[in-house]
Amino acid sequence: MKTYLLVFAALCCIGACGRSMSDENILAIDAAEKVYVAPGEKDEFYWFMSGGYSGQVTVYGIPSGRLLKTIPVFSQFPENGYGYEEETKEMLMTSHGHVVWGDAHHPEVSLTRGEQDGRWLFINENNTPRIARIDLRRFETAEIIEIPNAAGNHASPFLTENTEYLMAATRFSVPVPQRDVPIASAKEGTFKGTISMVKVDGDTGEMSLALQVLVPGFNYDISHCGKGPSHDWCFFSTYNTEQAYKMLEIEASQNDKDYTLAFNWVLAEQCVDDGKAKAFPGVYYHNVHPSNHAVVSEKQSGVTMLDPVDCPGMLFFLPTPKSPHGTDVDPSGEYIVSGGKLATVIPVHSFKKFAQAITDPGNIITSIEGIPVLKYASTLAGEVEKPCLGPLHTEFDGNGYAYTSCFISSEVIKWKLGTWEVVDRIPAYYSIGHLSIAGGDSSKPIGKYLLSLNKITKDRYLPVGPELSQSAQLYDISGRKMQLLLDFPTTGEPHYAQGVPASLIADKVEKIFPLDENNHPSATKKEADARVERDGQTVHVYMTSIRSHFKPDTVDVKVGDRVYFHITNLEQDYDIDHGFAIFGAGAPNLLIMPGETKTIQYQASKPGIYPFYCTDFCSALHQEMQQYLRVTP
Amino acid sequence: MQRLSRRNRMLVLAIGGMLVAIYCVPIWSIHLVAPQYPEGLGMYLWAGKITGHGPYDLQNINLLNHYIGMAPIVEASIPEFLFMPYILGYMVAGAVATFWYPRRFMVYLGMINLLLVGLASFYDFWRWEYNYGHNLNPEAPISIPGMAYQPPLLGCKQLLNITSCSWPHVGGILLCVVGLGLSFILVTEYVQRKSNV
Repeated sequence: MKTYLLVFAALCCIGACGRSMSDENILAIDAAEKVYVAPGEKDEFYWFMSGGYSGQVTVYGIPSGRLLKTIPVFSQFPENGYGYEEETKEMLMTSHGHVVWGDAHHPEVSLTRGEQDGRWLFINENNTPRIARIDLRRFETAEIIEIPNAAGNHASPFLTENTEYLMAATRFSVPVPQRDVPIASAKEGTFKGTISMVKVDGDTGEMSLALQVLVPGFNYDISHCGKGPSHDWCFFSTYNTEQAYKMLEIEASQNDKDYTLAFNWVLAEQCVDDGKAKAFPGVYYHNVHPSNHAVVSEKQSGVTMLDPVDCPGMLFFLPTPKSPHGTDVDPSGEYIVSGGKLATVIPVHSFKKFAQAITDPGNIITSIEGIPVLKYASTLAGEVEKPCLGPLHTEFDGNGYAYTSCFISSEVIKWKLGTWEVVDRIPAYYSIGHLSIAGGDSSKPIGKYLLSLNKITKDRYLPVGPELSQSAQLYDISGRKMQLLLDFPTTGEPHYAQGVPASLIADKVEKIFPLDENNHPSATKKEADARVERDGQTVHVYMTSIRSHFKPDTVDVKVGDRVYFHITNLEQDYDIDHGFAIFGAGAPNLLIMPGETKTIQYQASKPGIYPFYCTDFCSALHQEMQQYLRVTP
Repeated sequence: MQRLSRRNRMLVLAIGGMLVAIYCVPIWSIHLVAPQYPEGLGMYLWAGKITGHGPYDLQNINLLNHYIGMAPIVEASIPEFLFMPYILGYMVAGAVATFWYPRRFMVYLGMINLLLVGLASFYDFWRWEYNYGHNLNPEAPISIPGMAYQPPLLGCKQLLNITSCSWPHVGGILLCVVGLGLSFILVTEYVQRKSNV
């Protein structure tokens, strides 16, 4: 009898294994078809990923997961000369001098009426507080503004519904204005946070620091602004409301609830108009990089500072469990979802209830530095119970579902708005941070793909030594169940990402810089104008490059000269760029796009003959694109 | 001295209109496709000018041609563009004159005129193509013994990595229509005369 049972069990097992294998194969083929972008075909989405500690932005094509480009933003980029060459060197200028590296976290695509418009991509720098604007016509960093009176520009840059403002709140509290105090005095409230409102010009995209609001010295984290009915408000998560300054992992994890800070930015504007704000110290740099021109870097002094005490009704604290990380607003603008890293539920605040609650003083349980704290229940729409471990960020599919990333249990959960029930869950490999749906934080999400951006990679790819790239997974979320489609390595550490339909951007992307629009003061627009000009020990070489030579043919300088090579690429053909490198130069090569002018500095120090050449394979005679610089004693 | 029928007289006017329209459209198009230029490069020949298909095509064609030592294609070096508009104007004037003086022999004259201009233009076009393709700078980087780069007069031809195609454009087609229109007039007038006899 026992034997029979064993045989029966074995047969069952074989049957089951056989079936599951074939199911898996079918699933794999299905997934492969969904991510296959045939040679010559193009991806459906651009996906802009922050580079984290690389300081840059990478652009991927989705669904294929192919890397399309690295856009240098906050870090020097020897590959094309960004941050070294004369044109972009000042892009990295700050009140602390040239800071040539950054920590880029949260890309946000500009919005019109709550929907992505594909014009600009904004991204924050956490370490030395800055916000950059990338022009999505030329895929170049067009502007960087420093945020003064701030440390840790992490809760940034979150857009209002029509990109009226970018919000930037401080992760680290410090004395504002900066001064030397005992660190332990943090507990006594000597440290402060700020919320900065950076105004965005609707036509040019140019940023300006409109206002700063002084807030209690908590740590402010990922935020989102409202839309529709909640248009006037932005919501910031807070942690370390304990105001610990050491061993935060313990000391900042004591309060059962921290807060979501609701900020009425329209009222803030009103209070400024009513003269409630004060002039406040604050030095910062504003660097603008016009197309095919040198960066214009300006030092600014003084900000407009608003103390919440002078603008009642502008700020409210909504108790939120526990050490929240992300605050996300659903497409309708009604639900405000908080992901508490250490919370056992996902609380969802209702904007309608919140708007009602603030009209009744009975809902105010206490106040912190003049900011009312509301009853938890008074704003709560519901709680997603037993969601997962370590819920962080939530995005939406526009079909009534929300998707939350869970770091500790390493999974994505799908749950229904309104009923708060979890309907599906799927593993992420491993320890997902942000997740991203195209338009998933706008009022018009495209619920087709979901990208998980993970912190731990371990065994996902071939081993490449102790340092691994981060990993990302692509899921199909168009059906009832989520389906894993693709797993691919990413560059730097992508925190957040923004998916944008290619149709919003691709047709408008510039292919060359038209020579007749080149107004660079050092441009040389035809070979006949190529020349060398000397001014004391400074030498300007006005050089042209075209397939396959530079003009002038040779360059003679003297030891001790500071030589500026201003090179204009005379090509007007898509993707025919020329490079420029000099033997022994202390700077990296230049990559010069068709019609573009770029300048590199060279210090002539030793007599000799120094070849220079084109570094970007440009033509059949690229190898012949080599000439000589002579340095005479 | 046979007068043209009322309908044919109107047709002469239409032919004049078509001839005027040729000023506003390219007559001929040359299109080059290479592995590195999947979208192609091209140029248009107009009555009085030469342009690229795209704003930078002409410059890029000349850049490619410099490898084989072909002379740069520049409007200023081709005097035909100076007098071609007048020849076209002469033909327009002929159509107008025929409209006012609608005689059959005028149409014959127009037809002969068109054929002469057409043949001369083809010969001239071929001659330019021959010269561009054969008179190469001996110092050119790419020199293949026995290789000439004369583009096709009509149709497509492979020249090294480049497929070069030469076809009439709107203006060229209009000229053909003008020829057909003139033939139609002559045939119908002939048939009518026969039936009258």
